[in-house]
Amino acid sequence: MGYSSEELLICVIARLLEGVDHIAVGVSSPIPGSAALLQRALSDGATRVTVLNSRHLQALNDGVTELFDMAAQGRIGAFFLSGGQIDGSGNINLVGVGDYPQMKVRWSGSFGSALLYYLVPKVILFRDEHTRRTMVEKVDFISAPGTSEEGIHRPGGPHALVTNLCVFSFDKAKARFCLETIHPGHTLEEVLDNTGFEFDRPDTVPQTPVPEPERLNLLRGSLAQHVADPYPKFAARVWGV
Amino acid sequence: MIAETLQELVAQIPDGASIALPPTRSGPAIAATRALIEHGTKNLHLIAIPTSGLQADLLIGAGCVATMESAGVTLDEFGQAPSFVNAVKAGALQLKDTTCPALVSALQAGEKGIPFIPMRGLIGSDLLKHRPDYQVIDNPLADGADPIVVLPAIVPDFALIHAPLGDRHGNVWIGKARELMTMAHAAKRTLVSVEEVVDENLMADELRAPATIPAHYITAIARATRGCWPIGLQGCYDTDAEALTAYARMARTQEGFDQFLKDGPRPAQPVAAE
Repeated sequence: MGYSSEELLICVIARLLEGVDHIAVGVSSPIPGSAALLQRALSDGATRVTVLNSRHLQALNDGVTELFDMAAQGRIGAFFLSGGQIDGSGNINLVGVGDYPQMKVRWSGSFGSALLYYLVPKVILFRDEHTRRTMVEKVDFISAPGTSEEGIHRPGGPHALVTNLCVFSFDKAKARFCLETIHPGHTLEEVLDNTGFEFDRPDTVPQTPVPEPERLNLLRGSLAQHVADPYPKFAARVWGV
Repeated sequence: MIAETLQELVAQIPDGASIALPPTRSGPAIAATRALIEHGTKNLHLIAIPTSGLQADLLIGAGCVATMESAGVTLDEFGQAPSFVNAVKAGALQLKDTTCPALVSALQAGEKGIPFIPMRGLIGSDLLKHRPDYQVIDNPLADGADPIVVLPAIVPDFALIHAPLGDRHGNVWIGKARELMTMAHAAKRTLVSVEEVVDENLMADELRAPATIPAHYITAIARATRGCWPIGLQGCYDTDAEALTAYARMARTQEGFDQFLKDGPRPAQPVAAE
């Protein structure tokens, strides 16, 4: 059964979300959002999903503080973060490129990362541009660090890094990524060429499993409509709904 | 308190004041912001609760802002906030970068009248490194060492907000945009533009009272139909994608920005103040 690159990434991320009781997703994250909804459908109601600012998938009503309060209490099992730069120690940069504060390139800001990255147990880093520009040896600005010194309250942190090329896991003790699988159609050379940081890998890196037909049917059937609620443009582009 | 014009509303804000602004999704007071720009107020300190978009970008582009505290400034799906990016890169805007929960927590400290509030996270980030006003203390209640960041309370001179409804008594109904309540509680003065003014007392309505800012916190209200335009207001009207796309394109240069303010798109219904 054929599949699109979006569907592959959705299925990859959904696998990482197995067993999570409450997944929160930002409003501009259609691929992670679709993955969360797929995991919810597969969980038979055990998984709850909150898509921030959506009309029907948003069960919060106490303003912007509520998401952070929930995270601090351990009420959110998984969240997604990204970065203009992500480095080999799991540090993320949402601020810019160059010397702070008058940076060469300036992005919007760190948003909730400097709390959520510390407190949400499974943070999945997602970036669909895997290049030496985004996957760097050392970020120019640490919006939130990949790991913290001993003694710092840090129940959460990076669980995996998913890109358009591959999936890395993160080893907290070593503060290093490990290449787990490479997506079909891509090679280890391509990953090495496009990654600015060093990472661990097994002797043979397996291929990322392709999406199961029943999951694709689920996505293209009832789920596409659900995805269209918070992410109408994405659902229209990928599934024509 | 009611039926002031937008011009009278914003004329209360002096040069150099600090103003708390809501996130884009809570419906920013764009019509009032344009009135503030026309008034020529300068050297403002903007405090995004906890992020901003077009509203901050307009004020920055118009040269009204000296400093800003924010966790993010963006036009969301319409791209980067062009005036913000240009001003930060040029060193024309002094920006205190932070993270969303820090701004909200510090505002809650302001609301409670306490000097500081602790917050998890932040330690080891460059945000903390560049914020000498944030301090790391040892949790005094822990058995062992437990470093935690403390944030100074935020007490804005003004909260500038927009809401669907106000009433003749000066109460303001905000729906689910709960951070507007925190802003009004914490700020010294709260200026509000509303879509509509009703005669009934919103605080007497059991269903609406929990989402109503009591008149006690409100300094003045002015009416502004489609007051968030081109931003949408939940339950009232959608974002005007065409106008925002035009802004994102035009405001990349100062000439384009000025032209947007002068001859740019206008709301379908004219912004009416009475």
